[in-house]
Amino acid sequence: MGTVSLTIDGKTIQIEEGKTVLHAAQKAGIEIPTLCHHDQLEPYGACRLCMVEIEKNNRKKLVASCCYPVENGLIVRTKTDSVDKIRKMLIELLLSNCPSGEHVEMAKKYGITQSRFKQADTPESPCSLCGLCVRYCNEIKKEHAVCFVGRGVDRAVALVPGVSDVCKTCRACFSVCDAGKIVYLVDMVQDISCPPLRPMKKQ
Amino acid sequence: MTKITSRKELEQYRKNLQKQKGSKNITISVCAGTGCLALKAQEVVDNFREEIKKHKLSANVEVKEAGCPGFCEKGALVVIHPEEINYIKVQPEDVAEIVSETIVKKKVIPRLLYTDPHSTKPIKKESDIPFYKHQKRILLGNNMKIDSKNIDDYILYGGYSALAKALFDMKPEEVLEEVKKSNLRGRGGGGFPTGRKWETTRNAQSDKKYVIVNCDEGDPGAFMDRALMEGNPHLVLEGLMIGGYAIGANEGFVYVRQEYPLAVENTEIAIKKLEELGLLGKNILGSGFDFTITVHRGAGAFVSGESSALMSAIEGRVGEPRPKYIHTAVSGLWNKPTCLNNVETWANVPLIINNGAAWFQKIGTENSKGTKIFSLVGKVNNTGLVEVPMGTTLREIIYTIGGGVPNGKKFKAVQTGGPSGGCLPEKYLDLPVDFDELYKVGSMMGSGGMIVMDEDTCMVDIARYFVNFLSQESCGKCIPCREGLRHMLRILNDLTTGEATEDDVKLLEELSEVVQLSSLCALGQSAPNPVLSTLQYFRDEYQAHINGECPAKVCKGLLTFTIDAAKCTGCGLCMKNCPVEAITGEKKTVHHINSDICIKCGNCYEVCKFNAVQKATGKQKKVVSVERR
Ligand SMILES: Cc1cc2nc3c(=O)[nH]c(=O)nc-3n(C[C@H](O)[C@H](O)[C@H](O)COP(=O)(O)O)c2cc1C
Ligand code: SF4
Ligand code: SF4
Ligand code: FES
Ligand code: FES
Repeated sequence: MGTVSLTIDGKTIQIEEGKTVLHAAQKAGIEIPTLCHHDQLEPYGACRLCMVEIEKNNRKKLVASCCYPVENGLIVRTKTDSVDKIRKMLIELLLSNCPSGEHVEMAKKYGITQSRFKQADTPESPCSLCGLCVRYCNEIKKEHAVCFVGRGVDRAVALVPGVSDVCKTCRACFSVCDAGKIVYLVDMVQDISCPPLRPMKKQ
Repeated sequence: MTKITSRKELEQYRKNLQKQKGSKNITISVCAGTGCLALKAQEVVDNFREEIKKHKLSANVEVKEAGCPGFCEKGALVVIHPEEINYIKVQPEDVAEIVSETIVKKKVIPRLLYTDPHSTKPIKKESDIPFYKHQKRILLGNNMKIDSKNIDDYILYGGYSALAKALFDMKPEEVLEEVKKSNLRGRGGGGFPTGRKWETTRNAQSDKKYVIVNCDEGDPGAFMDRALMEGNPHLVLEGLMIGGYAIGANEGFVYVRQEYPLAVENTEIAIKKLEELGLLGKNILGSGFDFTITVHRGAGAFVSGESSALMSAIEGRVGEPRPKYIHTAVSGLWNKPTCLNNVETWANVPLIINNGAAWFQKIGTENSKGTKIFSLVGKVNNTGLVEVPMGTTLREIIYTIGGGVPNGKKFKAVQTGGPSGGCLPEKYLDLPVDFDELYKVGSMMGSGGMIVMDEDTCMVDIARYFVNFLSQESCGKCIPCREGLRHMLRILNDLTTGEATEDDVKLLEELSEVVQLSSLCALGQSAPNPVLSTLQYFRDEYQAHINGECPAKVCKGLLTFTIDAAKCTGCGLCMKNCPVEAITGEKKTVHHINSDICIKCGNCYEVCKFNAVQKATGKQKKVVSVERR
């Protein structure tokens, strides 16, 4: 595999083909916030906190750096007005119903003390739905014991009834969950109903 | 069934069909589309078959279960050829009379004809009805002529001649070139140039490539893809085969949503017939081209129509969008180059190959060629599927074809592009509808949904409706879409109850922008459109809601119901229909609504025969109670 050369925030970086813009930034010591990224897992692109601006053939675009493959001559900017605006608002959105986790530190860095969004019609949840546990269990442990249930605003993480007996001993996903929230869920594994780790919306 | 193994045999087969057809000179076509079946079309067909037998007319008359021509609201539809007599709202009981009068005595039954509401004259011929007359139905036109379960009908009308032409007279590159020259753009929403997409997949290096028909059609109220797939599946399949040949793919999929059982059934029958005739499989028509087609049933969540989600679903995984920085055209199904097109896009292909790119180029506008099928619904006299050349104005579609807004109400807006499209006000009625024109004014073509709204529609409520739909239909994977839509909906809900402030609306706008810019897939990226377009054209209505008023008197939280003492006869009907006993009054004396108890369901307003119940809006305007007047 060849190497490509790109610039991030003015710095020129050489990196192997097939890597992502996020990898390149990390290599150059440029910090990009991430929540759903994990080096051992497939790119997922769900939290959108890692968005950056790219410029290619004089065209600018906003992309998720954890999924965007590096290209020769690509110009990347990790701190622009749009990028900042998006990041701040995403953090606010997260804070409004998931008040704990890595994003609380991020919020401080961006000067956010309080979310402008009212608590929605769902109670607070410890889970940010980053999906790391689900993907870790599926992709690395290959147990398929943790899954998503519900769609849209009702999305939640749950244990797969029947399969999740392995959780009693495995517990490998604990390490990827940023505030150990999955612990609650796995500790409830005794409970045959395996309730989702995020309250569903009341109709 | 004997196999057709060469182009010559196909032509011979067609000639034989024409000869057989010649002996039956009357055809009774009954629409057997989903809409008409719901209106007893099957019974109508059965009765026709029986009556024809009874009258010993079987040698001369053919009864056909045809595809949907789009005027479903008037079903069950019956068209009698060759005179093209068009009967609407046909009931099973009408059949005996149709046979004895129209078929035997050649007499038209006026009661079953379509009556033009403007001229109030009954119209005999299908092609004279304004709804059809002003359309250009190159795609839907054959639906009523063919039995979608019978491949012979399709072949009789020239079916698979485009495939033969492509296979024998053209190299794959030439087919691709023809499609590129036609400037056909994808009908699934984005309007992406079809030829370019094909070329990307064709040029991608791989031992294996796929072509897919997207028949997910998740837009509520839209059914153009269903009508085509159900009514004329061979047209779509022929397009898919030609595409496979041009692109270098030997395997095709038809992704159909579970909720379209008839489309699934008809497509499966079509594939089976093709296999029996040897038109699918190895060495098609002796050309050396191999091709197979598989039907995949999808669980119809709106988001599974998105290309990467759809491909995940075919692979047997959760139908969730994936980042597509490498296009699915290059790395799609099982990471192989995959060309996905909409039903209507594929259906155009045989027409382009048969008639040439130049013919196709002549239809439509500078940058949007061909026709487009719209699903015209809402506050419009004639609802249904409308196929018109690109560039037809909204006014022509809504007024000339759709017959205008019913009950003398005023037109207010038209929503185009499905749930993530935009709402356009009256000043754009003369806008020629094509991909770019709609985009320029803040809406989009989408898959062709068109909802007409009259003066009784509240635009804030409409925005709320679509955002609510999308928040349920989003997959919930990415934060901006899942959390963003949740809060957009919350603010819109607050507006409809008068609890939102100017700051909330500012936040709504800012949030809309972020959701647009940062969502993973086009669902989230376009979800704010209904909000942004209503803010652009109907901002005064947002302001009114902040002030506690719903100008269209729709938002329940902002309404007050009172009884006009001068009109009230004391009949007590309102009292009987109030679910919470908020209305009091003695027989024959003026009734009274207690606004503290009233839940604003509007039952009283609906049932009062004397227009005595008054609907008012506005927090500040406390209406003086009847007694004190
Ligand atoms: C949320 C969402 C839903 C979609 N639903 C459909 C659909 O039901 N049918 C369709 O043809 N395209 C749908 N699309 C567009 C497809 O992703 C894809 O662009 C299209 O099928 C390509 O075909 P075309 O090039 O012929 O337009 C949808 C896109 C999104 C983002
Ligand atoms: S439980 Fe933890 S790892 Fe799993 S989705 Fe929630 S926050 Fe992420
Ligand atoms: S934009 Fe919405 S539908 Fe698309 S991936 Fe994100 S959450 Fe899912
Ligand atoms: S880290 Fe890139 S989207 Fe989450
Ligand atoms: S189903 Fe009969 S007209 Fe549409």
